[in-house]
Amino acid sequence: MGSFRISPSMAVVAVLIILTLLGAWRYDGFLGTYNVQTVLRYNSMFALVALGMCFVIMTGGIDLSVGSVAALSSVVAAHLSHYGLFPGLMGGLCAGLLAGTLNALIITRLKILPFIATLATMLAASGTALLLANNQSVSVSYETYFTNLGQGDLLSFMRPEWVDADDAGILGGVIGFILSFPTPAFIALAAYIAGAIVINHTAFGRHVLAVGGGTEASRLMGLPVDRTIFLVYVISGGMAGMAGVILASQFGAGQPIEGIGWELFAIASVVVGGTLLTGGNGSIGGTLAGALLLGIIFTILNFENGMGWISLSAYWQSVVRGLFLFVVVVLQAKLSRSAQAA
Amino acid sequence: MTTAVEQKPNRLRRFDRAAFFQRYGVGLALILLIAFNLAVTPNFATSQTLAVNLTQVCTIVIVGVGMTLVIATGGIDLSVGSLMAIAGALSPMFFTGQLIPLPNLYVGIALGIVIPILIAGMFGLFNGWLITKFSIQPIIATLVLFIAGRGIAQVSTNGDLQVFKVPEFQAIAIGRVLGVPFQVWIMLIIVAVAAFVLHRTVFGRQVLAVGGNEAAARLSGIPVNRIKFLVYMICGMCSGVAGLIVIAMNSAADANLIGLGMELDAIAAVVVGGTLLSGGRATIIGTLLGALVIQLVRYTLLANGVPDPAALVVKAGLIVLAVWLQRQEQA
Repeated sequence: MGSFRISPSMAVVAVLIILTLLGAWRYDGFLGTYNVQTVLRYNSMFALVALGMCFVIMTGGIDLSVGSVAALSSVVAAHLSHYGLFPGLMGGLCAGLLAGTLNALIITRLKILPFIATLATMLAASGTALLLANNQSVSVSYETYFTNLGQGDLLSFMRPEWVDADDAGILGGVIGFILSFPTPAFIALAAYIAGAIVINHTAFGRHVLAVGGGTEASRLMGLPVDRTIFLVYVISGGMAGMAGVILASQFGAGQPIEGIGWELFAIASVVVGGTLLTGGNGSIGGTLAGALLLGIIFTILNFENGMGWISLSAYWQSVVRGLFLFVVVVLQAKLSRSAQAA
Repeated sequence: MTTAVEQKPNRLRRFDRAAFFQRYGVGLALILLIAFNLAVTPNFATSQTLAVNLTQVCTIVIVGVGMTLVIATGGIDLSVGSLMAIAGALSPMFFTGQLIPLPNLYVGIALGIVIPILIAGMFGLFNGWLITKFSIQPIIATLVLFIAGRGIAQVSTNGDLQVFKVPEFQAIAIGRVLGVPFQVWIMLIIVAVAAFVLHRTVFGRQVLAVGGNEAAARLSGIPVNRIKFLVYMICGMCSGVAGLIVIAMNSAADANLIGLGMELDAIAAVVVGGTLLSGGRATIIGTLLGALVIQLVRYTLLANGVPDPAALVVKAGLIVLAVWLQRQEQA
């Protein structure tokens, strides 16, 4: 002990920074307002889902339902958006929380494996979403500010004029950069900060990690195991619900068939971010970096194509993402093996 | 494993409701569904209905057979849908002569069937390699190909729809032998062979032993790693076959859609069929019946005017019920 160890989540943050710097150096407009907004706006949904997944995985569980729960929430939010921003937001969120509660009940009361319980909820949520949406996308209201949640830029009204001047300098650039963040990015950021505080500084956070480290041991120690497991699935459902609200708001419609494969994308983000699937440890910051890393690959491919040197279709992004996951899991396996040997 | 029964033979004589439902529940559900349909659904007892329902489950059952073997070892394979896409996307390149010039059509069709299945099997070996060599959990190891596999299929076709009209190839799905679609024969043969292998051969016993208790299996000299390699390879090849059937049915290959969501359908069939997710006990016939029950429930609802999405909700309930019954027996 005592020697400096590179944790997997630090490594992924480093890779993310390197890729961002590489992009900024290589491509014009990579850190420009438009590109940053597009990347953050779209990926904040995945980041939210990945955050909920991170909580679940830290207890040693898994939540396959997040994608279709997000789709369900987007439909509910779109229907309710006609009554105003707040009903739309709360409706979508509550739909997610309800689905999460259903997962939690099946897992803790019926004692069914999370994998199967959430698989069933996935089907049920997907069916409910299609029923509520009558098999088509549900357009949101454009008169109630609901679309601002996904399409707006929260702090753009605060933007002082001088940051856009030619002589604004680095400070102006940084301030302008941050003020141009889209609303969903702030929602995701707030959720991640709250998540990090909960995990690191609350009793519940310690319980989450303890349950993941050893369920039986935690039970014997008198920790509220079932309540902890219950709550993480509710949190995951809530995050998926929020992602659904943003989805509806961003695309102007509730999308009952969106969300296919989101769950696996979220799992990949969590794993790439350095959280072990066996539970008991994990990194909230690493998960955010993992989600952004998987998202940024698409942007880099796009820009690289724009340079004209290579021409790779958009389909390469899944190949590259898969490769990333491959490298990360193999490295993790080697790291944990050498840690055991030491 | 059947230890509970062997230790207490007198339990056999008493009627154990949970064990009864566990063992015969799927078959019972199937019989009830058929009886209900005979009474209620118009035109149910026709060969048309039978053919429709069987062709709907064919690919799910074929993939489900591979999945059953994987789950029997305590694993899981999320990559099946992507492997279907790879096989389905590659096959037309051979029999349309896009890749290599063909001496005649039948050589092309043979290549277009054999090579994609072998490639899907190789990807299955890759899954096995990750799982055994690096001790990565199966769900994560196969997630790699779940994500990358469809990308590989899309990249190799540039995401384009490949339309073809080769009746000789399409015969593997829509041709009929004795009035039964050829794909149903393929399904039945695969089910019969797999059931024989699982229950009557050393390999089958070893598969179950690995899933029952891996450490014990290793200590008793069972080549655990080789068994795992083999089941993931078989699962990959089953996915390949299913991918070919899908494109033969559609007379088109769309890498974006072939096998989408198949992993969940196959797992659902396996679970409803009564195979333990933790491994060690598996039933191929159960998987066939599980897939049939899920399909027949959907058909029953649709035929009686219930919208398709509602059938999804019912399917969810079925899965929970099946697993809950399993638990009752274990408890």
